[in-house]
Amino acid sequence: MKLVLQLKKVTKRFGSFTAVDQLTLSIPEGEMFGFLGANGAGKTTTFRMILNLMENTEGEITWQGKKITYGDSDEIGYLPEERGLYPKLSVKEQLVYLAKLRGMAKADSVKALKTWLERFNITEYENKKVEELSKGNQQKIQFISAVLHNPRLLILDEPFSGLDPVNVEMLKQAVIDLKNAGTSIIFSSHRMEHVEELCRFLCIMKQGKPVVEGDLVEIKRSFRKKNITIAADYDVSFLKDTAGVIKYQETQQGCRLQIASAEDAPTVWKQLAEKGFVSKFEVEEPTLNDIFIEKAGESYA
Amino acid sequence: MRKFWIVFSHTYLSRVKAKGFIISSAIFLLLICGLFYLPDIIERFSGNSEDPVVAVIDDTENQQVYEALSASADGYKPELFEGTEEAARQAVEEEEYEGLLVLRQSEQNLPEATFYSMQLTNNVSDDIESQLQQVKVAQAASQAGIDEATIQEIYTPVSFEREALDKEAKTEEELAGSQGLVYILVFGLYMSVIIYGMMIATDISNEKTSRVMEILISSSSPVSQMFAKILAIGLVGLTQVALIVAVIYTMIQVRGSELDGGVLEFTGLADASPVTLWFALIFFILGYFLYATICAGLGSVVSRMEDVQQLVSPVIFLVVAAFLLSMYGLGSPDSPVIVVTSYIPFFTPMIMFLRIGVLGVPAWEAALGIAILIATILVIAWISAKVYRGGVLMYGKGGAFKQLKQALKLSGNIKNKK
Repeated sequence: MKLVLQLKKVTKRFGSFTAVDQLTLSIPEGEMFGFLGANGAGKTTTFRMILNLMENTEGEITWQGKKITYGDSDEIGYLPEERGLYPKLSVKEQLVYLAKLRGMAKADSVKALKTWLERFNITEYENKKVEELSKGNQQKIQFISAVLHNPRLLILDEPFSGLDPVNVEMLKQAVIDLKNAGTSIIFSSHRMEHVEELCRFLCIMKQGKPVVEGDLVEIKRSFRKKNITIAADYDVSFLKDTAGVIKYQETQQGCRLQIASAEDAPTVWKQLAEKGFVSKFEVEEPTLNDIFIEKAGESYA
Repeated sequence: MRKFWIVFSHTYLSRVKAKGFIISSAIFLLLICGLFYLPDIIERFSGNSEDPVVAVIDDTENQQVYEALSASADGYKPELFEGTEEAARQAVEEEEYEGLLVLRQSEQNLPEATFYSMQLTNNVSDDIESQLQQVKVAQAASQAGIDEATIQEIYTPVSFEREALDKEAKTEEELAGSQGLVYILVFGLYMSVIIYGMMIATDISNEKTSRVMEILISSSSPVSQMFAKILAIGLVGLTQVALIVAVIYTMIQVRGSELDGGVLEFTGLADASPVTLWFALIFFILGYFLYATICAGLGSVVSRMEDVQQLVSPVIFLVVAAFLLSMYGLGSPDSPVIVVTSYIPFFTPMIMFLRIGVLGVPAWEAALGIAILIATILVIAWISAKVYRGGVLMYGKGGAFKQLKQALKLSGNIKNKK
């Protein structure tokens, strides 16, 4: 596995405030890397340092072994969280200009943009002004502007926000295809199910520091807490007081428990078996949502 | 560098192709064409009507004053009124006559007059008064026994020639030429700072407001983008000026013979020395860059269009001050105020040029002024670039100065490399 983008002990301070603290990351080639964190955890600052918009106070950022500079911008695509296009320019003018700024010749960009518009079923908007488009369609144009020049590194900050489920699937498939074509993608989102679905590697940031980092499967495995889903036709609220149960959440059919470790599952099962029949008893791996809330959520408390 | 030209041509083309630009240029050019036909238009309105008729009642001996007046009448037509003064006044009120002139003999046997008209602001009365003055002088002189030739001699203007000893001083023709040029440059600079400086500031804050800025500056260095914009909008300005010059040139070709060189004579352009023309070009370009870089820096810190005006207004005050100073300076170009302000870089483009154009300034003084100006432009470009790098990422609210300070602080955190 080749690591294309590396951050070594990168620190960013604004005066006395440390936005990113000693962040070390490796982004593998042709993979999707989930970059998570609560609001204000330092995600956008990290992106801006990778994109040369800001100087890192300490540390080093390298792209394919060399220090990253504006010279590399042709190989990078960026979908910022704050969406922005020229409202008065037509879709075509806009995309051709932005692709030119990423070093793509006009003829190539026109061809590529037709393919993308076709793929997203919005060919009729080619010569429309962006301000006349619906928000969802503007979003698609914004996405095209990030990928039109075939970047080797793609930074997606909340790419699916504000889209309906059909369009989310459409964009998701496009992202997967790009990944399979060899693009390294950094993906930031607050929708844990998207990250879980798309990313093999991830990092959760908290107050500028990574609190969880690595392979998603391993992260889940090493997370000791498990979930149990129970469906029963009688009151199971007594499980609240069982040893090992951390969280109790009532559901329509029964309840959902979080237990401290896998060893606590038999205790719960024994208690239930004494009480009566259960139609469902399932020990599950924790969701990314659970891990996120556990690791990044303390600051909210 | 390639991306610099991409931003440059995009900014230029999107401005030039904009409907607003095309319409405003067209209106302006039409106005200029209209100006060339102005004499015709005025003639059409006033030419057909004959000189206004003034009723005259002459109580002097042999009606000699009336004779003298009607011999030299210009701009009006005197007509002897048969009847009483009362009837004549009635006739004026009924607008049969422009006015009524009643002439009498004073005790010294000199003419006296009363002029009746509907309004006091009547330009015919001024003409009559000055003619009457001449008649009076002639009569008084002949009463004193002085002959016509002597009076002529008395009234011949004294021979008075101006001769400058300073080698760099201007000849009178050159002086007229440079004064016209100073007018044009001062006014041109004033207009272009207000129009194009504002254009730069709004262009930048537009990209910020629409949030496309973050994509732009992740593609190419913000500083090169800033200079690309300044140059591109400068070229937009030059395009507009070139259009105006082309139209004026064609109009002079078409209409020149019928205009007795009025326009050219007024501006004195034909007489301006080539050196002055070069200075005009240099100061115009430097002046543009000075104010354009300031506007670019300021435009980058505001995130709402409404704030652009507020932040740019001090710059406009500076230009207005320079404009007023140079209007004063045209009258007294060697006053200490003008000499001192000609070295203050914000005023140099206008005031130093005025001194060079009108006075003939030693070369080292001009060079010093230009050097200070260029140094200032470099410093401001450097500061503006710093503000720009920080400002474009900033979307805060608050006072203008707070914003500027914050932008400078933020830019310290931003990469400098191309």
